[in-house]
Amino acid sequence: MANVPGNLKYTREHEWAKQEGDRVRVGITAYAQEQLGDVVFVELPKIGAKVAAAKNFGVVESVKAVSDLFAPVSGEVVEINGELPQKPETVNQDPYGKGWMIVVKPSNKAEWDQLLTAPQYEEFLAQGGH
Amino acid sequence: MSATPLKRTPLYQAHVKAGARMVPFGGWEMPVQYTGIIEEHRTVRGAVGLFDVSHMGEFEIEGPGALAALQRLTSNDVAALPVGQIHYSLLCYPSGTIVDDLTVYRMGDARYLLTVNAGNIDKDWAWVTEQTRDVKDAHWRNASEGTGLIAVQGPKAETLVARLADRDVTRIGYYRFERGSVAEVPAMISRTGYTGEDGFELYAPADRTERLWTALLAAGRDDGAAPIGLGARDTLRLEMKYALYGNDIDETTNALEAGLGWVVKPDKGDFIGREALEKIRAEGVQRKLVGLEMTERAVARHGYPVLKDGRAVGTVTSGSYGPSVDRYIAMAYVETALAGAGTELAVEIRGQAKPARVVKTPFYPSRVKKA
Repeated sequence: MANVPGNLKYTREHEWAKQEGDRVRVGITAYAQEQLGDVVFVELPKIGAKVAAAKNFGVVESVKAVSDLFAPVSGEVVEINGELPQKPETVNQDPYGKGWMIVVKPSNKAEWDQLLTAPQYEEFLAQGGH
Repeated sequence: MSATPLKRTPLYQAHVKAGARMVPFGGWEMPVQYTGIIEEHRTVRGAVGLFDVSHMGEFEIEGPGALAALQRLTSNDVAALPVGQIHYSLLCYPSGTIVDDLTVYRMGDARYLLTVNAGNIDKDWAWVTEQTRDVKDAHWRNASEGTGLIAVQGPKAETLVARLADRDVTRIGYYRFERGSVAEVPAMISRTGYTGEDGFELYAPADRTERLWTALLAAGRDDGAAPIGLGARDTLRLEMKYALYGNDIDETTNALEAGLGWVVKPDKGDFIGREALEKIRAEGVQRKLVGLEMTERAVARHGYPVLKDGRAVGTVTSGSYGPSVDRYIAMAYVETALAGAGTELAVEIRGQAKPARVVKTPFYPSRVKKA
């Protein structure tokens, strides 16, 4: 079974979200990177860009597939992982750590509660993950 | 959605047991990767990889009329093919576009084997039998189901196959074959492949193919031998700019624009497509299949438009990250005037024009053994 850290929240599109004070760090899950295979390209928004919950904020491409990235929460992008475009394989190697993608300053705190908890995401994966 | 069940090769169980990710491909359930596409790609370039290509089709034709039948069907000159040798060839429509690409083996004086793409087996079988119905003394046999096929590719392929073969395989030249046995399994040992590396393709009876596969993996363990999925097969062939039917060539692309004029031999006499291809050759092709290198990070994929100063001038047919060249590479049809190496173009990716340049190919130098 894929690694699903208990301190994170999740989307049904396989992003994770981590509360860090008043900000939310975002990446893709271990399950997502495993399904994608070798990641060879990551496209992220610019700092200052606005993202909307459940809307596309970027793209990740593996050798075989193109996959959209979906924001877990709405808000402003305050940080991006500038290393990923040069080292996309980091997403495979450390999806919950060095492979993070963006940090968002949320504009709607209520959205946090809509995200899946770790047990809910595990249950979702157990049912097939889509 | 079609509900046709996917076909399985004799190695299906071995793939599942090895933890392969299985995907549908050309009507077959095939391994796309075992450990990871890039790692598998590097195994083939650096050591030796084993590919299950049992899904490919094999047609035999035999009899005094076999030569005449193949001369009519295929674009290359079968009369110039000696016993024990192989050539690459095409089945063309009268328009010069492509039914399939294939290899032709001359097994004996009047006996040949054709290896065709898996997804085209039914179409090709109907085509070759219908188009040669009036040829006397030529008997077709579809041997696809009973034949397994394993490709052993990489710099250590020769040592590995030599260790298990009943004969000196080092003497088998490129695009030549011998019949013998490997790991006590009767096999046709063919010095061919689809990776740009030295290696062999081993044709074996379907019911003995798993034994051959297991023996090769065991004997090659110390050399780093590993099973390789279709994902790496695709990145390996892309680095060589080898065409893949259904991506780079199909019933809408003609043999000359695809850069396959070297297997079109009009001097041999008539064949299906000859007249059209002669006309196209005389007039010049409208577009050419070229190699593109993305000049910044971006993955060009099948179907993406190619642009010149904002104008659509072609289409990408294959594209990926090339692990051995460490660049983002692609194959594309572009207008002939823009096909020269060094031409600056762009590929439209998600609405953005990403710069690309026409480059010489192969992208990665071939290391096939041309003795």
